Amino acid sequence: MNLIDTAFASIKAEGRTALIPFLTMGDPDLKTSVEIIKTLEQSGADMIELGVPYSDPLADGPVIQRASERALLNSITLKDCIHVAEQAREAGVKIPFILFTYFNPVFQYGLEAFFQLVQSKGISGLIIPDLPIEEDEEVRQLAEAANVHLIPLVAPTSKDRVVRISSKAKGFVYCVSSLGVTGVRTDFHTGIDEFLATVREATELPIAIGFGISSREQVERFEKQCDGVVVGSAIVRTIENAIPLLQDESTREAGLKQIGDFVSQLKG
Amino acid sequence: MTQIPDQNGRFGKFGGRYVPETLMNALLELEEAYQHYSKDPEFQDEVRYLLHKYSGRPTSLYYAERLSKHLGGAKIYLKREDLNHTGAHKINNTIGQGVLAKRMGKSKIIAETGAGQHGVASATIAALLGLECKVFMGEEDMKRQQLNVFRMQLLGSEVVPVLSGTRTLKDACNETLRYWVSHVDDTYYILGSVTGPHPYPMMVRDFQRIIGDEARQQILTEEGRLPDYVVAAVGGGSNAMGIFYPFVGDESVRLLGVEAAGRGVDTLEHAATMTKGRHGVFQGSMSYVLQDEHGQVQPAHSISAGLDYPGIGPEHAYLKDSGRAEYVPVTDAEALEALQLLSRTEGIIPALESAHAIAQTIKLAPTLDKDKVVVVSLSGRGDKDVEAIMSYLGGDKHESH
Repeated sequence: MNLIDTAFASIKAEGRTALIPFLTMGDPDLKTSVEIIKTLEQSGADMIELGVPYSDPLADGPVIQRASERALLNSITLKDCIHVAEQAREAGVKIPFILFTYFNPVFQYGLEAFFQLVQSKGISGLIIPDLPIEEDEEVRQLAEAANVHLIPLVAPTSKDRVVRISSKAKGFVYCVSSLGVTGVRTDFHTGIDEFLATVREATELPIAIGFGISSREQVERFEKQCDGVVVGSAIVRTIENAIPLLQDESTREAGLKQIGDFVSQLKG
Repeated sequence: MTQIPDQNGRFGKFGGRYVPETLMNALLELEEAYQHYSKDPEFQDEVRYLLHKYSGRPTSLYYAERLSKHLGGAKIYLKREDLNHTGAHKINNTIGQGVLAKRMGKSKIIAETGAGQHGVASATIAALLGLECKVFMGEEDMKRQQLNVFRMQLLGSEVVPVLSGTRTLKDACNETLRYWVSHVDDTYYILGSVTGPHPYPMMVRDFQRIIGDEARQQILTEEGRLPDYVVAAVGGGSNAMGIFYPFVGDESVRLLGVEAAGRGVDTLEHAATMTKGRHGVFQGSMSYVLQDEHGQVQPAHSISAGLDYPGIGPEHAYLKDSGRAEYVPVTDAEALEALQLLSRTEGIIPALESAHAIAQTIKLAPTLDKDKVVVVSLSGRGDKDVEAIMSYLGGDKHESH
């Protein structure tokens, strides 16, 4: 059994929607990332997306781009990110981890070596935003063998691709709320409700929504239709704002509290 | 050779469509429209008409007699893409894609640009076809190429400064793709090289192959035979792919791509993607990429902004790995020397990009007998570079690239 499946099963039994925050690993540094992960769990996160910094993050808006740039200044690697997951587990974090990485770092590491590496390190899911279904065959097979769920993205423009993508999905189907890159926004794609209904019909798996969700009101708007809500840029921006506090030992706790408070507030 | 790319946009293992799902539908729609219109005689007629009457094609294949004699070896022919409207081969592609955009019912076009040549060619076609145009350009490049920025504005386009990452061509490409994701409904993305996700590498090649189709016909007329070498500069690789492609099946013709070695391939400042890069996925396709050991894409450097790019088109990767084409590096200094030699012997000031192809020809021609024939793609004229060249040769390096 994969941790993501058990988590969704119990969240559903409790009649809740999963809150899935995203953070960029190594922003501002690896040690702080471990502590932020602990804070996120304590504040009510049900799963966490661990973002691997990349030089050319095509799917991301300015907030996550900046976080990537900060992390890359510290030369954070794919292996470092997986090590953070391992350390967070050792520190007692129980919720599932989903690794979010662009394809090239994984490809350079070597696909087989990569899956050997993640398997024992507490990574339950994998999102590769620039690997559409046409290109993911080899990765999907290796992921399956490693019991890591390859979680696909579907978009309001996916149309008849929704069925094809959903049929091969594992863990959950990640619905992109609007056209564009990640980032805080006030309105969603006009056909969003029909789109979510289409995805719901196409799969037995849980569905989660992400891209642009930043407030309690927005989380609430989607709680009835979705099994999970991903909050990315808004968390990363909260971390960005807390960096001065996080980097000073005497104010570190206060910085972590700001992040935790934001998550609790999203949770409602 | 077999039909490439295949239906998934693969040139052997290279190419493909490594993009977010949010773009897939737009790419499939584009591929479908292109397949349809590329077989439509009316579409082809309109493109041909504009290439002929508007851009001035066919461009001449010119025997550079004084340069050939000076080097004392093979006969050198220059394919004069510099004589196109807007001064470079880039317009071949923007005419094709501009007409396609209009047929697809798109009212707005977007484009990325490095030095500004593709941006100017896009702004030009937008003005001609009455389309709204935004050109994304790195803030660094905007400072270096103020004249081209103004040129685009004069043509009625908006130049959008890109502030992310390296603030040069690489990030201008990222930003254009990001913008496209949010505006796919009414916006057509005119990608400027044989790079990016399928169908761009195939489509841009098809629009640029006119360079090679003409050159092949012209050299047969002039010399009664095929050339021994075809030489072209490669950044993303559109002029090279355009001139190589019609010769790929002619096994006797050696294809030589010339990439920018910047300050040298053993320094950290170069754009020698084939010499120093590895297989990887970058901006939508699998190809050679300049990257660190962890797969982070590295910034490139070249005196020529058009070659200053850490990737290369997937079909070039295929030609390299299959052994059909060779790729060699040429430094900033060699390109500058070549630019001056061509200016003095032939009265032609080449673009810095094209000067790389000339520099390789200067090395190659003297090693060949006088009955050998070399065709060189003179992809653009040097007007845009004169200011930069002046500061280089005058020793004032801080404003140059």
